[in-house]
Amino acid sequence: MSDSQWPLWEVFTQGDHGEPFEHAGSVHAADAEGALQNARDVYARRGEAINLWVVPSTAIVASAPGDAGPFFDPGNDKAYRHPQFYKVPKGVKVF
Amino acid sequence: MHMTPNPADTAGEDARVAAFEARIAAGESIEPKDWMPERYRKQLIRMMSQHAHSEIVGMLPEGNWITRAPSLRRKMSLIAKVQDEGGHGLYIYCGTETLGVDRHELVEQLLNGTAKYSSIFNYPTLSWADMGVIGWLVDGAAIVNQTILAKTSYGPYARAMIRICKEENFHKRQGYEIVATLANGTPAQKAMVQDSVNRWWWPSLMMFGPSDTNSPNSGELLRWKVKRKTNDELRQRFVNLTIPQVQAVGLTVPDPDLRYNAETEDWEFGAIDWDEFTQVIKGNGPCNKERLAARNAAHSEGQWVRDAATAYAAKHARAATEAA
Repeated sequence: MSDSQWPLWEVFTQGDHGEPFEHAGSVHAADAEGALQNARDVYARRGEAINLWVVPSTAIVASAPGDAGPFFDPGNDKAYRHPQFYKVPKGVKVF
Repeated sequence: MHMTPNPADTAGEDARVAAFEARIAAGESIEPKDWMPERYRKQLIRMMSQHAHSEIVGMLPEGNWITRAPSLRRKMSLIAKVQDEGGHGLYIYCGTETLGVDRHELVEQLLNGTAKYSSIFNYPTLSWADMGVIGWLVDGAAIVNQTILAKTSYGPYARAMIRICKEENFHKRQGYEIVATLANGTPAQKAMVQDSVNRWWWPSLMMFGPSDTNSPNSGELLRWKVKRKTNDELRQRFVNLTIPQVQAVGLTVPDPDLRYNAETEDWEFGAIDWDEFTQVIKGNGPCNKERLAARNAAHSEGQWVRDAATAYAAKHARAATEAA
């Protein structure tokens, strides 16, 4: 009777042309084709997506929440990463 | 597995809980891989799985009327609504799985009768008017609850709620349209819809759960921002929103004590029959057995579909291996 012997797939949807893919949720399916169909039925019933990705959940590699600080250290001391660090001649209209 | 913690571990646990509660207090959302107290995890699994089960069982009372919808328009709406409920169940099961529980376990608990689901679905749908009143009152109550749950502290639950809320408004409006049509119809139609409101009013108020004075989990759930409002606050909000809608279509609710308090701007209502609520929760409602039997039958009857999909996937995997 088991249904979740089927692997879990993470679903990503693209809302419109040019937009990034966003995580929507997950589905269980026997194979990739089934996962795409289930993802369409569950996450795109009302035009929420024009494209879908399904990825085996086991293939997702994620950062550890505990590392959040050091791992994403933005290096705020490195001012030269920001446009304001650079001088431009007076009177020139810059971007 | 459980061992007596040594004092150092306890101190470490206390520090983690304090850090967790500080994150909650700062309005951060908790994500699946974040550390969380076991109790937070358990409470969420309990709440979310009951919510998912309610969506699935909620398909049954309405599915009951699909073949007897009075027009093609109504039939199409009802099919779409029932399909949405199935989708809502899947969103929430998917969110629950992020807490480390398998959907299969949860489905088993529903099928073998050990899981709870919303008491409302153990009442029978006796007339077509019930389809209108369920969409209006039951989905209306669910919207009040879910709009607040969309701000719950657990990220996957909040995101599932946002998805659901977008779809529930269709449910409520299609329900209210049915109610308004019948209320403006023949005397027999109006009597039918009034009878339906009379039957569903009190069970709809019970959907918000026990009164705050008798809700032992509420304090903890509010502190952890799993719940953002108490059961009684949500219930009052629902009544305040609904009474003008009742009046607008010339119907009444079966509550002689209902009165408007101009000072608080609340519609005050009479006493809820909590004995009835307890009985339905315990499994003694009018349809508990019927719902479980129907859910089990649907699951067994779907077995061939699951088998076919598994066989199809295996066949294609084999073909791919042979071709390689």
